[in-house]
Amino acid sequence: MALDGRVAIVTGGATGIGYAIARRFLHDGAKVVIADINERAGAEAARDLSEFGEARFVHANVAEKLDVHNLLASALDAFSDVDILVNNAGIVHKAGFLDLDVADFQRVLDINLKGAFLCGQAVAQHMVEKIRQGGSAGTIINMSSVNAEFALADQVGYSVSKGGLKQLTKVMALALAPYGIRVNAIGPGSIMTELLHAVANDPAARNTILSRTPLGRIGEPKEIASIAAFLASDDASYMTGQTVYADGGRLALNYVVPVRNDED
Amino acid sequence: MAYFDLFSLKGQSAIVTGASSGIGAAAARTLAEAGARVVVNYRSSEADARALCDTIEEQGGTAIAIGADVSKEEDVIGLFDAAEDALGPVDIVFSNAGLQADAAIGEMSFEDWNKAISVNLGGGFLVGREAIRRFRRKGLREEISPALGKLIFDSSVHQRIPWAFHANYAASKGGLKLLMESLAQETASEKIRVNAVAPGAIATAINEAERDDEAGRNAMLDLIPYGRIGEPDDIGRVVAWLASDASDYVTGQTIFVDGGMTLYPGFKGNG
Repeated sequence: MALDGRVAIVTGGATGIGYAIARRFLHDGAKVVIADINERAGAEAARDLSEFGEARFVHANVAEKLDVHNLLASALDAFSDVDILVNNAGIVHKAGFLDLDVADFQRVLDINLKGAFLCGQAVAQHMVEKIRQGGSAGTIINMSSVNAEFALADQVGYSVSKGGLKQLTKVMALALAPYGIRVNAIGPGSIMTELLHAVANDPAARNTILSRTPLGRIGEPKEIASIAAFLASDDASYMTGQTVYADGGRLALNYVVPVRNDED
Repeated sequence: MAYFDLFSLKGQSAIVTGASSGIGAAAARTLAEAGARVVVNYRSSEADARALCDTIEEQGGTAIAIGADVSKEEDVIGLFDAAEDALGPVDIVFSNAGLQADAAIGEMSFEDWNKAISVNLGGGFLVGREAIRRFRRKGLREEISPALGKLIFDSSVHQRIPWAFHANYAASKGGLKLLMESLAQETASEKIRVNAVAPGAIATAINEAERDDEAGRNAMLDLIPYGRIGEPDDIGRVVAWLASDASDYVTGQTIFVDGGMTLYPGFKGNG
């Protein structure tokens, strides 16, 4: 299997896209540490996913340096190594630009952008040390979004954080290339997670989404997980610094497409 | 300074390794009670370490949990980095993390040997060296303590009493004795105090099975003139004293806290 024997940390791995990635990595032979702030969902995820392989849950807020230290220590204690990091933890906060409270702006940036930096730096330091001792290079994947390119007027921190992640991915890719550590990002479009459920159930909102989605449907978490599995594997050995967009064609589209109402 | 004020650790930061249970946990609690901000280091028992931090915080103290395997150089350096990040410069270090890997000598694997030596003695070296480096970097803060830093090792009565079927453990503790004394000699002129506590039979998970069995319990008590098995707090209080300015003229010493075990009670009326 493509990830046989590798150890992965997936932040925000208790639910949604992170959960799907954890599942796929286990399926591909990796051992997985799920990090999340949601203690209950995290513990459940690790238990549920244990049928596919070795999965552990570690409570961690990626915006806290100490939590990140302890996350890495736990992963090393459990599996003696870390080969793959997926910086997936992220939050949204909806508010118009004119009304946005600075604390809410900061909170989103702390988790989405600073969290990826803290985890990326800590894991990269470990990987570099390992390489110096003759070990193999690992790889890092950041969860960006189509909102690294498109902006949302009422998701200020989120849009800014995802734009930042695109550059963080390039910076890390360049800084870690001399060691052979690859750093890439994934930019999902509209994916069916709990976050999107409410929106997708509202016919008008769903219509808006699909009018900007040439493939005519909302994506599934496993369709993002498969990209993560590819980027984490040796099949992607010549890729670094890239953001791979999986958005049903949205970035290619100028105006809108007609929406098929299959379910009517 | 008034006599009782000398016991205060207010304004100081302490690292306790292997603090998620037993003697380490008791020492962390006592150091916090004396006023120190405490790092509760653990290797794999994160939940226990966090629960202890919660208890300390509930009692008005400050404590954070930091994961690190003391037998790994990178982990120990990371532990001190994270501790300084969170609590500022470190004044007190209790190198406590330890384990037993018991076997009769004929059956003792090299792995058993290495396990005890790398954690108990190797860990003592890594933690002790890093503590001294950080004390030096911090510099003397006379308003906080007349000492540049206080380093305390958790040894054992088995740094003195040979222990059949536990040769690796006894060797590691015997090694700790001269590590401690050599470091004390090397750094005393810099006002770094290095000491050790040597617990006897203390009620912790390490000897739980033996204590639960009545015959085992009586066999233990036969070795203890004071007539009771020690509690982790018996050790924690001595650690807090060694960390305090009340013991400012004490360095290079091992304090046996053992209810008289090292008095060789078998010789009473015999020999």
